[in-house]
Amino acid sequence: MRDAAPLDPAVLDAPTTSHLRALEAESIHIFREVAAEFNNPVMLYSIGKDSSVLARLAMKAFAPGKPPFPFLHVDTTWKFQEMYEFRARFAEENGVNLQVHINPDGIARGVNPFDSGSQVHTNVMKTQGLLQALNHYGYDAAFGGARREEEKSRAKERIYSFRDRFHQWDPKNQRPELWNLYNGKIWKGESIRAFPLSNWTELDIWQYVYLENIPVVPLYFGKERPVINMNGTLIMVDDERILQKLPNARVEQRMVRFRTLGCYPLSGAIESAAKDVPEIIQEMMLTRMSERQNRLIDKDEEGSMEQKKKEGYF
Amino acid sequence: MTQPTTEPQSEIDLARAEEEALIARDIHAFLKQNEEKELLRLCAVGSVDDGKSTLIGRLLHDSKGVYDDQLAEATRTTDAGERAIDFARLTDGLRAEREQGITIDVAYRYFSTPARKFIIADTPGHVQYTRNMATGASTANVAIILIDARLGVLTQSRRHGYISDLLGIPHLLVAVNKMDLVDYGEARFNEIAADFRAFTDQLGFTSVTFIPVSALLGVNIVEASPARTPWYTGPTVLKFLEQVAIRKDVNLTDFRMPVQTVIRPNLDYRGFAGQVCSGVIAKGDAITVLPSGKQSTVRAIDTYDGELQRAWPPTAVVLRLADEIDISRGDVIVRSDNLPRLSRHHTADVVWMSDSPLDRARSYLIKHGTTYARVNVEAIDWRVDLETLNPIADVAELKLNDIARVRFVSHKPLVTDSYRKNRSMGAFILIDPVSNNTVGAAMIVESDELGADEAAVGGTEVRPRERARRLGHKAGIIHLFGGEDDAQRTALVFAVERRLFDAGALSVALDDGDPRYADARLGGQLSAAAKRLSDAGLIVVSGAFAEAAPGTAALSVDLAGLPLPDLDRATAAVLDLAQSAGLIAAR
Repeated sequence: MRDAAPLDPAVLDAPTTSHLRALEAESIHIFREVAAEFNNPVMLYSIGKDSSVLARLAMKAFAPGKPPFPFLHVDTTWKFQEMYEFRARFAEENGVNLQVHINPDGIARGVNPFDSGSQVHTNVMKTQGLLQALNHYGYDAAFGGARREEEKSRAKERIYSFRDRFHQWDPKNQRPELWNLYNGKIWKGESIRAFPLSNWTELDIWQYVYLENIPVVPLYFGKERPVINMNGTLIMVDDERILQKLPNARVEQRMVRFRTLGCYPLSGAIESAAKDVPEIIQEMMLTRMSERQNRLIDKDEEGSMEQKKKEGYF
Repeated sequence: MTQPTTEPQSEIDLARAEEEALIARDIHAFLKQNEEKELLRLCAVGSVDDGKSTLIGRLLHDSKGVYDDQLAEATRTTDAGERAIDFARLTDGLRAEREQGITIDVAYRYFSTPARKFIIADTPGHVQYTRNMATGASTANVAIILIDARLGVLTQSRRHGYISDLLGIPHLLVAVNKMDLVDYGEARFNEIAADFRAFTDQLGFTSVTFIPVSALLGVNIVEASPARTPWYTGPTVLKFLEQVAIRKDVNLTDFRMPVQTVIRPNLDYRGFAGQVCSGVIAKGDAITVLPSGKQSTVRAIDTYDGELQRAWPPTAVVLRLADEIDISRGDVIVRSDNLPRLSRHHTADVVWMSDSPLDRARSYLIKHGTTYARVNVEAIDWRVDLETLNPIADVAELKLNDIARVRFVSHKPLVTDSYRKNRSMGAFILIDPVSNNTVGAAMIVESDELGADEAAVGGTEVRPRERARRLGHKAGIIHLFGGEDDAQRTALVFAVERRLFDAGALSVALDDGDPRYADARLGGQLSAAAKRLSDAGLIVVSGAFAEAAPGTAALSVDLAGLPLPDLDRATAAVLDLAQSAGLIAAR
């Protein structure tokens, strides 16, 4: 029989750790491991709420120092204006080194969500753009904000997700991952994606945003916004480009907010008046719709996320 | 497997309804409550057809852990025209697996109830996926295994129990499933529970709980079913998961913190970052840094959110020390009044996870705590027969999914505890240094102290114990003395040498009756040679006295006590004595 560890009476009053603090500690541990084990890590920053939480955890992991790696935003030029404003503020307030990469080939070819379609746009501007940046700077580890709960194919993703020198992910040949002993051994040219938020759920993220008072893009909160109803999906008119592409569209003002943020023509709004984080959580808990439901790229085909990931998308 | 959707009414449902009412009425109160929830990690083990996916799907669905669109995707219209949820479809993952209809890799699922947040490691149960099960089990507080009520305890049930225990999961929940197919028979349930308990009693679980369920019909998963199992008064699966006491499972005794990185933002600040993996540390505590052995006291426990007075697992902290001592990543900070082992020799239970067998001629890389080290395999003591769970000796190699007791020697000393005592400091992963793949997982049973018996003697880096492991026997001198007849003694010396050699030992006869050494007879040269040879790990059989080398055995046998002149019987008697003295293993 196992020896019951005798409890030191002096420590019996040690309080339990709440799930959020346990998740926080796990994420900090991952940040420190990757930063210590890899030569040239980078944190992928997407401006959304998960990135905001990820950034806070990175700050916590190295306090009172700063994260010993740059942040990278792979821009598609189609993000919401409020995201760009938030990004500028974020970099300044946190004193982090934020790099922005835009795929120049995509721009030269005039790739956009309307004429190219969401798949080509995402592949060229996000996936190819990301790979260009990773290759250019020679990053051997990239932190991402993916969560296993988000999507079925992510449920089996590792915390250290190994990529070959073509950045490809082989779901059938992943390294076993036990305890918190992450295998950081790679050869030159290979890399890992590291996911400190793997075990967080959407509720955990919002709860943490609330608990820690972490700033998020105001688009998450309900407000009267100009939208176009595209086959049941509400797309916000964020700038003139959408009206040039869809000259006949009817623009209406609706009280809407966004559950996930990406390229504005590909991000569906939901009708909601939730004005702060508690109201967002309240709405989420009482309605319960999967958060990617309004992100259009997942619906293109069954198992599409798995396909994108094999190609190098997060 | 599909089942019409139902509208359950129960205690859990009421708790859920209350929570929803609270969310609607006072979201801030809900947030306060939700903030305090404890985290429980469970490992669900099962094979195709035993209902594991259905059980997990049920837990997710009935605890409202499934989003509406996911639910819609898993809902099909049956032939009879009813809308039905395919619970298993809620949990299956990658496309390749969906095509084969089985769960291969470990998949992680999440749900929460008003009481706790849960992480489920959904692991396959077939023997060819033992490595996946070990992976999911490595961090779990609770293991759920399923036993088909019709089939009773199977080989795989025992294997699942064994692996759960091997990976140190404290609590075992046995769901006796498909009770609907045995008419919810109490006798059948009790029979299975008694049968399996006889097995688990031999293992190390803190608690073992049996629950009669039907995953398909949702009986005793979330809702109690007094109508179907009136004789069962215990908790439902969900209730058990909400209530099982896991706080005491945390090791709060042995403070260990592997250093991850040194935080040095400016010249005035130098802190050591790590996660408290066991025990409690307080400001002012005396600490020791291993392997260097340097000592200091804790000046401050820093976090982003301010200083702490004390820290316990799993908190991530930065320690500042009173003294400027050299500490780097891979070192372990411990409390000076509670030291772990510092050792090169480790006996561990290993789960082999690679398609390439363990090659005893190669060295492997391990990750232990925050350090990497090279290790060599000294011996494979035995392998577990995954059908009978019995040990098999004489193991030539380890193949994928094999579980074995292996002795390692690490090229540098490691700071260890036994896995039973401390999961964090008792575990390491094995990495193939060529492919960089993770090829095995090891749970330390015991690490030998860097003790006197293996201290390097006279400058050699090879320890007597290492020689003994290589040769399979201890080193030593068997001195045969007395008797009337020198020729008879010499004959016995050679006979014993031969028999020892035949038994697998590296034996050598050194006798002054040996014509080869006639010129060495005088001057004590044979005695010096005997000492040197035993020092080299051999068993010396001698008719002349010789002092044994340090760390080796000395056995003196008086010929007067042997059944001479029967040489055969006398030889056998000497071998028996050698065995009793521990020079050679029992034959």
